[in-house]
Amino acid sequence: MNADLLTEYAFYGLSFLAIACALMVVLSRNPVHSVLYLIMTFFCIGGHYLLLNAQFLFAVHIMVYAGAIMVLFLYVIMMLNLNKESEPRREFMTKLLFALPAGLLVLVLSGAVGANAEMTIQGGQQIGLVENLGDVLFKQFLLPFEISSVLFLAGMVGAVLLGKREVK
Amino acid sequence: MEPVIAKIALPVNWYITLSVVLFCIGVLGVLIRRNAIIVFMCVELMLNAVNLLMVAFSNYLGDAAGQVFVFFVLVVAAAEVAVGLAILMMVYRSIGTTDISFLNKLKW
Repeated sequence: MNADLLTEYAFYGLSFLAIACALMVVLSRNPVHSVLYLIMTFFCIGGHYLLLNAQFLFAVHIMVYAGAIMVLFLYVIMMLNLNKESEPRREFMTKLLFALPAGLLVLVLSGAVGANAEMTIQGGQQIGLVENLGDVLFKQFLLPFEISSVLFLAGMVGAVLLGKREVK
Repeated sequence: MEPVIAKIALPVNWYITLSVVLFCIGVLGVLIRRNAIIVFMCVELMLNAVNLLMVAFSNYLGDAAGQVFVFFVLVVAAAEVAVGLAILMMVYRSIGTTDISFLNKLKW
């Protein structure tokens, strides 16, 4: 079996698993199950990053999304004690009505893709490695990087203030 | 550190299609779920679909800027989750539910 075929099978497997888990996020009634399925989806997307030679992004993605953000979600869901019984539900007909535009959106967007743009890989395959990414981040994107740290600080202060019971 | 896979031969259309499907599943979740936390999670799903597309294009075009943008999306998503979940906790404390059909105070 050559490497290209192996890559192809890996793409199919990861894509199938990602789409199935993403559907289960939407369809499962228990919010805790939704979180666990979303973590699975993130792992599959991380696998795609590896296929795309973005090794450093894979590590960051697993740590930040699957590690930090989803734990936050799980923590809040458990703290609010949300479970299957307390889960609000829509009528089946309403769901069907909402599924229709989403399905049409898939049709329209994938129809736009059908133009069959041929794209060959340009440049080296080393761009996903940390030394190259750091080079670009700290030379070309230094100002956005610093501004994003201010954004993070503002978000943190906002979350703390909101979490306080009474602001004195 | 050497790249795991030296060269890929997949058409870029496959990645675009996968991202479209994941994005639309996120849209579907925002539309049909009423629990605000699940709606947040579906927004995360949409952000990730776009991230995947940016990494794919970055790899095919040989430009690292796409992967740097993914970092910024990651930062904004993390800040959004922190503030959003704090707001949800406040809402839950005051009205005792996370059902978005009760969050109609801003409705005109």
